[in-house]
Amino acid sequence: MAESLPWPGRMGQSRHLHIFDAAPRAELREVTAPQTAPSPDVARPRPQAATLELRSATKRYPGQDEAAVDGLSLTVPAGEICVLVGPSGCGKTTAMRMVNRMIEITEGDILLDDRSVRDRAPAELRREIGYAIQQIGLFPHLTVAANVAVVPRLLGWDRDRIDARVRELLQLVSLDEGTGERYPAQLSGGQRQRVGVARALAADPPLMLMDEPFGAIDPINRERLQNEFLRLQAEIRKTIVFVTHDIDEAIKMGDKIAILQEGGILAQFASPAELLMYPASPFVEDFVGSDRALKRLALQRVRDIDLWKAAVVRAGEPVADVRKKLEDADLDIPLLVDDHGRPKGWLSERGMTGERVREELRSPADPIVELDDILRDALSDLLGSDTRYGPVVDADGRVAGVLSMEALSHALSVPAEHIPTPSELAAATDGDE
Amino acid sequence: MMPLASYAPALAQLDDNFFGDRRNAVNECPGNNGLCPGWIFDNIDQYLSPLWEHVLLSIVPLVLGFLVATTLALLAHRYKFLGTGFLAIVSALFTIPSIAFYLILLNVTGRGFATAVIVLTAYTLVLIYRNVQTGLEEVPREMVDVAEGMGLTRRQILFRVELPMALPTIFAGLRIAASSTVGIAGFAFFAGAGGLGQEIFAAPTFRGNVVAASVLMILLATVLELAVLAVQRSFTPWERAVST
Ligand SMILES: Nc1ncnc2c1ncn2[C@@H]1O[C@H](COP(=O)(O)OP(=O)(O)O)[C@@H](O)[C@H]1O
Ligand SMILES: [Mg+2]
Repeated sequence: MAESLPWPGRMGQSRHLHIFDAAPRAELREVTAPQTAPSPDVARPRPQAATLELRSATKRYPGQDEAAVDGLSLTVPAGEICVLVGPSGCGKTTAMRMVNRMIEITEGDILLDDRSVRDRAPAELRREIGYAIQQIGLFPHLTVAANVAVVPRLLGWDRDRIDARVRELLQLVSLDEGTGERYPAQLSGGQRQRVGVARALAADPPLMLMDEPFGAIDPINRERLQNEFLRLQAEIRKTIVFVTHDIDEAIKMGDKIAILQEGGILAQFASPAELLMYPASPFVEDFVGSDRALKRLALQRVRDIDLWKAAVVRAGEPVADVRKKLEDADLDIPLLVDDHGRPKGWLSERGMTGERVREELRSPADPIVELDDILRDALSDLLGSDTRYGPVVDADGRVAGVLSMEALSHALSVPAEHIPTPSELAAATDGDE
Repeated sequence: MMPLASYAPALAQLDDNFFGDRRNAVNECPGNNGLCPGWIFDNIDQYLSPLWEHVLLSIVPLVLGFLVATTLALLAHRYKFLGTGFLAIVSALFTIPSIAFYLILLNVTGRGFATAVIVLTAYTLVLIYRNVQTGLEEVPREMVDVAEGMGLTRRQILFRVELPMALPTIFAGLRIAASSTVGIAGFAFFAGAGGLGQEIFAAPTFRGNVVAASVLMILLATVLELAVLAVQRSFTPWERAVST
């Protein structure tokens, strides 16, 4: 039930103003919003996130000749999602756990906001870093509320503050307040996952580590949780290290993706678009798959590309005007719309034989594509219809342009640098609503 | 059951009036082969003080055994190399026959409640120890892992995650220990500590007596087990949470 609710990130901003004030921290860092995001409303809370830097971080397990992670260097800017991806056993989990010192590095260093994690007491460091693993990570003997409250309790918050924080977090992840009293065994997989996220966020950590957080969820719910998480991230803008073995998930979630290969060697560190367009080695090319051009289609939404201009006409309009509009349009068939601007169908020649436009339809207006659809889904819609083009509508169903195969293939030739990252996309959609 | 004669050395140390007057009671109830409900009903008050002794002989060793076994199991959990040794010791204790155990201890700690408690405590150890250890071992690795990742210290992980999650198994051990202790406490009279066992052996051929004492022992075992179960339920509310 609750799963079909959107994250509150979609439901207006005011509620979030106070959420992250709960844990005041000495160093509040300002995070610059990506260029493509709409100017954030002034009232938005100043998010806190840390910069994470790995410098030749190396882990050699005792008794093993080969390193599990070998000289890993990468920087995750504050507020970004860095996905560690690679085949099983390539050292993703090891790399992630070196950050919160669950695994001690053998060589190199890891800096959190320019401070070496090796200078921090492990337990104290970990309380400042959100940690989420597969759904099994919830404590079965604690209620949902108590699960969420674990770290705040460790930090010695008083009861009222903890209670208030738990309520806020459950709301933030779209769970009923009543869920707090239930035990994990009484929740669905998706609900458990949300509690896991809420718990990782409990003390408002500037960094979150997530090890295959959606790994145990069925594909349909995983997709939804991924979308919700991206929207939530657009809101909270944490620095996140996200581990997965699934390249599609990596492409979807990552602002930057670090592909690791056997032995913990960094094969490539790049944005999803760069990775798909310019794989640095045969290994990367192989790992991202031979359908990488198609995968790029998942990176962009219909609203991100140049659409065709249609001659939008209403019944009763002078035919002369329509002919003028057609000269301007990219398509020589007028698109008939209703009074609200919603597409009715493609106008046939006979509809323009008189003085004024008559409702004489040549073909229905499907497929109808939405501005928020990702290009892959839009392409699929086009392939499934006869016309190879279709009207694009906005959230209110009004025509915003026409998507055609030509427009799509043109979009594929855009350089990677111009393709926004997932969290920029989420921020953009979020801001529009 | 070994013939009574083989306990001769132990019996030699028992009170002269060990068998008490109960023997003569057989004569008060000659009918039905010595089993008369009427007699039991009239004389039940004679069993109340042995029952009370038996209650103490059961509860005190259970509590002590729980404390000792849990401590040992926690030590073995923290320092893995201790585990095998501890298990060998508590298992060995369990295999010593009651009578031999008493014989050994009578020379050291003398007769009385304390000696009986030592023996009975020793018997509870293996049952409780094994379950505490199994319970702790069965806590999924991921739970400890996520607790560590959230910044719980080792001690906090033990007390807030591992022990609570091991509670159902620990309580299962306690329940077995409870009923078995009530049974084994039937031999506490070897140490002169009384209990319902003493009543049975006071007149083993008088069926009314044997039945009265045995039924009380069974009742006591049942009540104790239910009590442990009640405590368990109140300590593990999540066990009753049904998945929806
Ligand atoms: N605690 C450990 N002790 C020894 N070797 C380990 C340990 N953890 C992981 N490894 C080894 O290090 C390599 C990387 O493991 P891991 O980081 O778990 O990979 P991934 O998460 O990418 O599947 C593997 O070869 C694994 O066998
Ligand atoms: Mg792993």
